[in-house]
Amino acid sequence: MKMDRRAFLGKTALVTASLAAPAVLADGHGKPRVVVIGGGAGGATAARYIAKDSKGAIDVTLVEPTRRYYTCFFSNLYLGGFKDMEDLGHSYGGLAAGGVNVVHDWAIGVDRDARTVALAGGGSLPYDKLILSPGIDFVDGAVPGWDISAQNAMPHAYKAGSQTELLKAQLMAMPEGGTFAMVAPPNPYRCPPGPYERVSMVAHFLKANNPTAKIIVADPKPKFSKMALFQEGWANHYEGMIDWIGEDFGGGNVSVDPAAMTLTIDGEETKVDVCNVIPAMKAGRIAELAGVTDGNWAPVNAADMSSKADPDIHVLGDASQQGDMPKSGFSANSQAKVCANAVRGALTGSKVFPAKFSNTCWSLIDTNDGVKVGATYEATPEKIAKVDGFISQTGESADVRKATYEESEGWYTGITSDMFG
Amino acid sequence: MQRVLRVVLLACATVVSTAVAADVLGDAEAGKVVFDQCKGCHQVGDGAKNRIGPHLNELFGRPAAGIEGFKYSKSFRRAGASGLEWHADTLDAFLENPRSYASGTRMSFRGIKDAKDRQDVIAYLRLFSDDPANIPEADPTATATDHDLDPAILAIQGDPEYGEYLSSECTTCHQKDGGDDGIPSIVLWPEEDFVIAMHAYKNKQRQHPVMQMMAGRLNDEEIAALAAYFNRLEN
Ligand SMILES: Cc1cc2nc3c(=O)[nH]c(=O)nc-3n(C[C@H](O)[C@H](O)[C@H](O)COP(=O)(O)OP(=O)(O)OC[C@H]3O[C@@H](n4cnc5c(N)ncnc54)[C@H](O)[C@@H]3O)c2cc1C
Repeated sequence: MKMDRRAFLGKTALVTASLAAPAVLADGHGKPRVVVIGGGAGGATAARYIAKDSKGAIDVTLVEPTRRYYTCFFSNLYLGGFKDMEDLGHSYGGLAAGGVNVVHDWAIGVDRDARTVALAGGGSLPYDKLILSPGIDFVDGAVPGWDISAQNAMPHAYKAGSQTELLKAQLMAMPEGGTFAMVAPPNPYRCPPGPYERVSMVAHFLKANNPTAKIIVADPKPKFSKMALFQEGWANHYEGMIDWIGEDFGGGNVSVDPAAMTLTIDGEETKVDVCNVIPAMKAGRIAELAGVTDGNWAPVNAADMSSKADPDIHVLGDASQQGDMPKSGFSANSQAKVCANAVRGALTGSKVFPAKFSNTCWSLIDTNDGVKVGATYEATPEKIAKVDGFISQTGESADVRKATYEESEGWYTGITSDMFG
Repeated sequence: MQRVLRVVLLACATVVSTAVAADVLGDAEAGKVVFDQCKGCHQVGDGAKNRIGPHLNELFGRPAAGIEGFKYSKSFRRAGASGLEWHADTLDAFLENPRSYASGTRMSFRGIKDAKDRQDVIAYLRLFSDDPANIPEADPTATATDHDLDPAILAIQGDPEYGEYLSSECTTCHQKDGGDDGIPSIVLWPEEDFVIAMHAYKNKQRQHPVMQMMAGRLNDEEIAALAAYFNRLEN
């Protein structure tokens, strides 16, 4: 075993070293330039760390269309009434003050030969290293009857902001004893426990405001993240309210009619009052336009998050296909720091440390009933591989669950200041 | 420019080469071939069913004797009831010598002696259980480079002479000439691996009642001494 590992490392070391050769330094222009597309959990963190740690030696430009970033994390807590929308909004002022050139625009194309990014507003940005962290888009035709033009009748609320507010307004307007339906996504998707935390928060809201209402979940999967914990919590707090229809009972065979507000599960049509459709996902479209996707996602090398298609492009967060890490804000933030370290090393010769990744996902089931799952990961030549992990246990005491929830609030403050300064 | 480039290149090369990478569980492709010897009794993959042995889908994290409706031996049911679950480490120990692991198992299979073959087949089977990217609590797919052993313990320089003295207890079962029929060889192991393995028995992370008992009585110096002795044994 030992010998194998060493021999293996010998080889990877060589490969990585040749990839890391900073050809860009020989290009003859002034300061090295990094362009980051997407100012979310991955992109904001990467931009901030490169600007901060290079102390002006690298020009960092962040392209992000929105002026305020609303976090998906904790957006379910907004649905449950635990947070206000404004608690979730963050501006890019801190990044600008930290030396990042923030451009509010859409990236619409990447010319990999010329190493430029085209902007919707006209003009283009040259780069030596490009970092893509565009999050997700939805797979066309994933839920028959639904497309992006139906997102007002049947919101996804899987990109936070107006969609989340719309879903909340629909929830509040539900008739007494009405039906809230969710179409859950197939793997892999952003935030594995997210749909089930949402079901919990919707149930929390309904229990207080509309206690005879019902929740139906149509799910194409036979099981889901933290399933035992959620099901225990649903039985304890929301008995009889939630009907989860998994793959075994036809939960994957669904279609919707947004005009009639009906949901058909395995041939059986139901009239619903709210229908939260979370379709299958893929990398944000700009990754595809840049030509770094293979199928729905962008494959990357685990050691530095560089694209397998282009060593000068790195892909972070939800859009990347890296191995074992779940698509979460925590993961994207963790990957961004590994990437920032590697990019800085390649452009300025600063020291590059071995990649270490971690993730923890907290979920709130009811007031002060928080649970979590987490793991540590390391880079292997093939992928980011899980090496160790933990999960909350069923039957934990109320004190433990309360402490877990409080921990998640601390994490939220921590990660948002790590992203935005 | 040329000079700058070279310097930076060198810097990258040295830094990267000292970096360690985690050990993946094994080579799943090679493991598919190793699995051929299991196929007579076990199915895995799409549509796999119980046959002579239980199907092996979603094996990781499953309790021993965990498939309802399959007729397990009494010793397996007992092991399951007392908390045995299938993970990379327990599978490795079981596959090495099924009979010594669960004495009454009906699995009439001599075991897979080669550690790499075991790792490979475990990696292959791992493909048919949950992916941690989708279900974060799913089993690991690699072993960490940092085992949780205190570096101070690993740093102890073992005394081979003391080790020779202590070794007589080991050589009752483990052959001094490195023969490994029935019982694995322990000679010429890298000292670090030896120490880690012995502490894993001592902490009951590695399963084997006899080894847990033997290692349980050895202190840190004694384990280091044994590691030093067996590492230097010449035939
Ligand atoms: C309901 C819900 C709950 C969640 N809860 C948690 C949680 O508790 N913990 C957790 O860790 N994670 C959670 N997540 C997941 C987390 O939000 C995502 O995994 C994370 O935001 C991914 O980061 P990212 O950088 O890949 O993408 P994002 O954060 O989505 O950022 C992408 C950014 O790119 C911009 N962009 C896209 N295309 C372009 C373009 N062409 N040009 C310029 N900019 C572009 C977008 O405007 C966006 O701001 C949750 C998600 C949801 C939906």
